[in-house]
Amino acid sequence: MHCLAEGLRLPTNALDYSILILYFVVVLGVGFAARASIKTSLDFFLSGRSLPAWVTGLAFVAANLGALEILGMAANGAQYGVYTVHWYWVGAIPAMVFLGLVMMPFYYGSKVRSVPEFLLHRYGPASHLLSSIIFSVASVLIAGVNLYALAIVVEALLGWPQWVAIVVAGLFVLVYITLGGLSSAIYNEVLQFFVILAALIPLTVVGLKRVGGFGGLADTLNDRYGENFTSAWGGTGIGSVNPLGANWLTIVLGLGFCLSFGYWTTNFAEVQRALSARNLSAAQRTPLIAAYPKMFIPLIVVVPGLIALVIEPGLGSTKSGLQYNDAIPLLMRDLLPNGVLGVAVTGLLAAFMAGMAANVSSFNTVFTNDIWAAYVRKGRSDEHYLLTGRVVTAVGVVCGMGTAVIASSFSNIMNYLQTLFSFFNVPLFCVFIIGMFWRRATAAAGFWGLLSGTVAAMINYFWLYKAQVISIPSDQGANFVSAIVAFVAGGVVMVTVSLCTKPKPVESLAGLVYGTTSPGMAEPPAVGDEAWYRRPALLGWGAIVLAALCYVPFSL
Amino acid sequence: MSDEYEYQHQVEELEGKSASAARLFDVRRIIGGLFVIYGIMVTLAGITVSDADLKKAENININLWTGVCMLVLGLLFLLWLRLRPSAPPHPAPEPPTPPEEGPNAGGS
Repeated sequence: MHCLAEGLRLPTNALDYSILILYFVVVLGVGFAARASIKTSLDFFLSGRSLPAWVTGLAFVAANLGALEILGMAANGAQYGVYTVHWYWVGAIPAMVFLGLVMMPFYYGSKVRSVPEFLLHRYGPASHLLSSIIFSVASVLIAGVNLYALAIVVEALLGWPQWVAIVVAGLFVLVYITLGGLSSAIYNEVLQFFVILAALIPLTVVGLKRVGGFGGLADTLNDRYGENFTSAWGGTGIGSVNPLGANWLTIVLGLGFCLSFGYWTTNFAEVQRALSARNLSAAQRTPLIAAYPKMFIPLIVVVPGLIALVIEPGLGSTKSGLQYNDAIPLLMRDLLPNGVLGVAVTGLLAAFMAGMAANVSSFNTVFTNDIWAAYVRKGRSDEHYLLTGRVVTAVGVVCGMGTAVIASSFSNIMNYLQTLFSFFNVPLFCVFIIGMFWRRATAAAGFWGLLSGTVAAMINYFWLYKAQVISIPSDQGANFVSAIVAFVAGGVVMVTVSLCTKPKPVESLAGLVYGTTSPGMAEPPAVGDEAWYRRPALLGWGAIVLAALCYVPFSL
Repeated sequence: MSDEYEYQHQVEELEGKSASAARLFDVRRIIGGLFVIYGIMVTLAGITVSDADLKKAENININLWTGVCMLVLGLLFLLWLRLRPSAPPHPAPEPPTPPEEGPNAGGS
């Protein structure tokens, strides 16, 4: 949790506010207009599985490009230097490609409506209920943390009292999702994606001119912080010391494999965007299309973090009172004239709201389909579940607003809870990947793998690391190691339990395990999908090659 | 066995009744419209730029540049919508589809 320093107040004027207000009007308009398309619960939760790939792809990347991510990655840039690119090129692209090429046929093809629902059919109720409940609680909590962070930023930049920001942003999200469901969440995410580009590109351009271009930026940073600060892999040998507190092995295995695959392939807030695509090919292309913009986002997020560090060398020190998280607001204040400034403020607020909306729209789906319809009120009419979805949305947002208020007094606890939930995705990925490729994996193995992996990560992080039984130099480094521990522990427990318990009959696994297809699933490809530039394999491998090439300038 | 796959039939049935494909408006219209308006607003701020603003942004008329780019992006989206209107929805939903589609969401 961060507190923005005093003195970050932006010199906004009427023009900036008109830009902001116009955005809020359009957001509501999208909600009202999308309402006409909601006839069934499938329309509300998954846009009727009807959206084109470019829309779901941009929503996929925008759902991740919340304001916490933008401010946080700029902060990482200022704190750790060019190492931050690992969160993108090793820590996102391979996982997104894997989701599109390998996992999406199981997700989309089996017609499940959520990530936990896949667990239900592959393993059974125990792991399904566990993951549904944890996901629901985590979503509401993270929505609240998002809202609280928004309130702090808005208070610092615009001078609104915190509760005003919480109530206004919360109500807007509540209204447009309750009305238009996932369609209006996704449409607003696509819109937010372009507005945030229009905000960050000018900021980066002016900032680069200020510090003398890329050359000037690199020279200043090299002089001040040493060569490794502008290198992706310099100083990451095993045993050497670097600010990230991680070596190449924990970066590749911990961040690049465990954490990143856990997040991108099993976080329903992301996968939901792909499940709303109009056919299997579009669903596969969703994360692949998203991979391309994702690759270049460091240019407009990490670079501003570095620029802020050059302009304000005291950033992050207690003396200046400015924190790393202030990097982007600081540049907005110093470099942007009214007009573009309004676009930047709008982009930031839009990113906060989109981040929260992604949590809320995935929460209402999991709660309604996987908890309410599966265990509480079975077999009701579709209208009943549609109404439940709307009510749950409202309840979720209000709980999020409550969480935001609580967060202001217990921000440390919130940080711990977020760390805790982040550990849950890793064993979840382990359970998925083993379940998709090994028919023998049993229902009991799914549940115990999930639980033991999560517990192992927590033991490693909170006990071994925090109590300094083992020495890891930083929180980030400890995160990477804990993720590896979670994956290995979950995997070992799953294999052991599977070998001792009775497997599910093979007929019940059709379409859920590698090498099988579900009955009646063969869907004819849509017209035009056979075009070469729409082939998932080409898009996917292209992204991998391009991400590897991105490393070249920072590794020589 | 048929029990196991009941949820798939349920989803197929809902997909048949779904109104999203036929009645959801095209997002290109919204992006195009908003960026054209934003583009005009920001470009105007760029044309009437003050010396102080120019100095703040390192002597780049950033409002003008950003405004023009946003305007062009908005127009490109509207052009794209014009050239390739949204594809017809699934071949045969139960009610006969109206001959023209897309704009019946009104609003924009």
